[in-house]
Amino acid sequence: MTDYTRYLTSQVTLGRMNRREFMGRAAAFGITLAAAGTLFDTAAKAQEPKRGGNLKLGLEGAAATDSKDPAKALSQFMFVVGRNWGDMLVESEPLTGQPVPALAESWEPSADASTWTFNIRKGVKFHDGKELTVDDVIKTLQRHTDEKSESGALGVMKSIKEIKADGDKLVLVLTEGNADLPLLLTDYHLVIQPNGGLDDPNAMIGTGPYKVTSFEAGVRATFERNTDDWRQDRGFVDTIEMIAMNDATARIAALSSGQVHYINRVDPKTVDLLKRAPTVEILSTSGRGHYVFIMHCNTAPFDNVDLRLALKYAMDRETMLEKVLGGYGKVGNDFPINETYALFPEGIEQRAYDPDKASFHYKKSGHSGSVLLRTSDVAFPGAVDAAVLYQESAKKAGIEIEVKREPGDGYWSNVWNVQPFSTSYWGGRPTQDQMYSTAYLSTADWNDTRFLREDFDKLLLEARSELDEAKRKDMYRTMAMMVRDEGGLILPMFNDFVNACGKNVKGYVHDIGNDMSNGYVATRVWLDA
Amino acid sequence: MTGNGPAHGPELTATAAAGEAPQSAGVAGSVASTGAPVDEGTPSFWAKLSKSSPLVALILQRLALSVALLFAVSLMIFGGVEALPGDFATTYLGQSATPQAIENIRKDLGLDQPATTRYFKWLGGAIQGDFGNSWASKNSVSEQIGKRLGNSLFLAFFAAIISVPLAVGLGMLAVQYRNRMPDKIINVISLAAISLPEFFVGYLLILFFAVQMGVATFPATVYDSMTIGQRLSAIALPTATLVLVVLAHMMRMTRAAILNVMSSAYVETAELKGLSSLRIIARHAAPNAVAPVINVIALNLAYLVVGVVVVEVVFVYPGMGQYMVDAVTVRDMPVVQACGLIFAAFYIFLNMFADILAIVANPRLRHPR
Repeated sequence: MTDYTRYLTSQVTLGRMNRREFMGRAAAFGITLAAAGTLFDTAAKAQEPKRGGNLKLGLEGAAATDSKDPAKALSQFMFVVGRNWGDMLVESEPLTGQPVPALAESWEPSADASTWTFNIRKGVKFHDGKELTVDDVIKTLQRHTDEKSESGALGVMKSIKEIKADGDKLVLVLTEGNADLPLLLTDYHLVIQPNGGLDDPNAMIGTGPYKVTSFEAGVRATFERNTDDWRQDRGFVDTIEMIAMNDATARIAALSSGQVHYINRVDPKTVDLLKRAPTVEILSTSGRGHYVFIMHCNTAPFDNVDLRLALKYAMDRETMLEKVLGGYGKVGNDFPINETYALFPEGIEQRAYDPDKASFHYKKSGHSGSVLLRTSDVAFPGAVDAAVLYQESAKKAGIEIEVKREPGDGYWSNVWNVQPFSTSYWGGRPTQDQMYSTAYLSTADWNDTRFLREDFDKLLLEARSELDEAKRKDMYRTMAMMVRDEGGLILPMFNDFVNACGKNVKGYVHDIGNDMSNGYVATRVWLDA
Repeated sequence: MTGNGPAHGPELTATAAAGEAPQSAGVAGSVASTGAPVDEGTPSFWAKLSKSSPLVALILQRLALSVALLFAVSLMIFGGVEALPGDFATTYLGQSATPQAIENIRKDLGLDQPATTRYFKWLGGAIQGDFGNSWASKNSVSEQIGKRLGNSLFLAFFAAIISVPLAVGLGMLAVQYRNRMPDKIINVISLAAISLPEFFVGYLLILFFAVQMGVATFPATVYDSMTIGQRLSAIALPTATLVLVVLAHMMRMTRAAILNVMSSAYVETAELKGLSSLRIIARHAAPNAVAPVINVIALNLAYLVVGVVVVEVVFVYPGMGQYMVDAVTVRDMPVVQACGLIFAAFYIFLNMFADILAIVANPRLRHPR
């Protein structure tokens, strides 16, 4: 099945498309009516959601220090917890990444994309029975943006200058135009809470499909279905039980013995073993997270573009993908964007391992002696192995890399973004603009390659407020080429999200947005008895 | 954050130096308060007490010492966490930290104050029994620890009541059949169990009893709404793992201690009297071998409470170990301090208990010349 038909059938499954609509779109795509009819029936019947049951998830990433406040949610566990009990204003479409309505029913930008008006959905009730108003939305956004905020979404919200109501509509005024604003509001910290959570940020009361029945940080969380949910196409199981399982082997044992229905973070090295279990299904979803080797463009010896190019050509990406990720990923091309992003610039030539070119640029750079690379397994799983592989492939090009293993504790504060050449990890961002603004804008806090280019900054700002998609895509191509050929980023691979579930779990949506079906796993699946 | 590193250095040493004095002051104070009439009122009372009831004197002395030790421990934990790279704000936010968010958290928690001020603030609260709130989750530390400690003790208790009698019994059995088949079997099996890393023993048990045979409960997560029966079934595998891990140590100590006594003259007399060998071991040899055995048991019991974090992780059991590791990872000082003090208190208490028992068991130690 092509991606498009898969997308169509998934829409049927999700109950977002009826037969007529499906047939029309499928026919337009060149599928015969008879074939389309069968396709619809199988998609609808085979995947007719069943209600009921207790869904058990065994998840990595919980800690006793987890905060119930969604503004401070950081762990994978709390990410899913928040998605269960809360809603954002906007969600992203699982397969295309486009913004789709959630608590905001619709929205409209001004001509320069600097003022946005959102219609807030009516008749939505919080778990405590109160009805959602525009005031709750405003208070929530304010809590995440004010000066004292400790919110993880602070960076995303920085560009919002003013938050106000216009009758029962929400108006956001930005410091400059931003065509991607709706996607920024999909951030998982921005759960709409009654009175913005100002009364009690830890109450875990929202508008989501599940109500929290118990929560013990770092141990367990349970939920029951919200019978007043404003949406019918989600929340199929009656109750959810989330168990914190930080040990990879424990997760696998729990899944293969049928004690849980779903686990996250399956180690690529053990996937093949787990596959052999008859009751287990591996769920691999391509994602935006990427493993990186970063050089500071303003620090010797990496201030030399030829040395940077030499190091880029000296990377054997295919081997690394195979060895470090067990093939569960995609090869990277030295710019932080892949085809899961909207407006992805297609057709840029893939950079391959080329010892000759590497040695040519290395000689041209005039550098001599070894290059010091700092790494730790905290940077990404298998980072030390990756560094050693890199050392080997570079040696063939006559480049000597010295690998220094750093302590994992404190790696993010002492090595990453401090030392001139290190390994690191980037999670995806909802938009290309966000990705570039977070780490490639000259003034960004996390400009971890010290990429200081005025022309790039200017282009980024222009693209941000450009509503014409063709023009925008062109700008993104230019930017991608700049980072790829002149930046300090070596990006060997994008990692897939590898999770696993029991065979009786149905309806899993491979969401490109983020791991675990973008955190919506528990609200989207159902149990087949 | 690196910028702050060197700046913290002198501060830290200053804390240590400044901390030293009040610490000893605090100890003196607490000694005075526990034994105020002893020290000041009648100086001869202490001498009298240690003569008339040396046990009471010893216990009082030990208690005072433990308080001093706990202060030292709290100071060391504080210094240790301070010395780790990064503070709570940076480690909690990790890679997603922004300078403003870090600044806000620091201000909120008072991390911008010097280390000395922070330590004494904490100490002031702790002396009054207020361990503060967790920085990360904002919940009361005592409340959270109560639950976790309960879980840890629950697991340790069952592991202990199975392993201690089993180890002592097996040890006696090994002496009875020394250098014969049963002795060798007991030795080989218990040595094999202790030689395997505990997580590996855990995985083996999970593999056989939970995955392949499906008879045991896994994961071993326990929570409030569980009945006692469900709890017991949940901790079956972790308990078995812990028993296997601690068994050999205690068993071999029992065996060695009793064998030591068995070679003495009075045991020979008992043999010549015609007593059965089991009766000799149980009635005559064991009481005199009890001191070293109790010490080893105490150490193992302490281990069962404070050292089982790996087993907790493997079995997904919400005990103290995991709780403290989580807290150390993000430098959540109030939690780390409270956990550290509880662990230290357990070690100190169990060791003291072992000493006292050894003295009670041996009349010669009770009346030192």
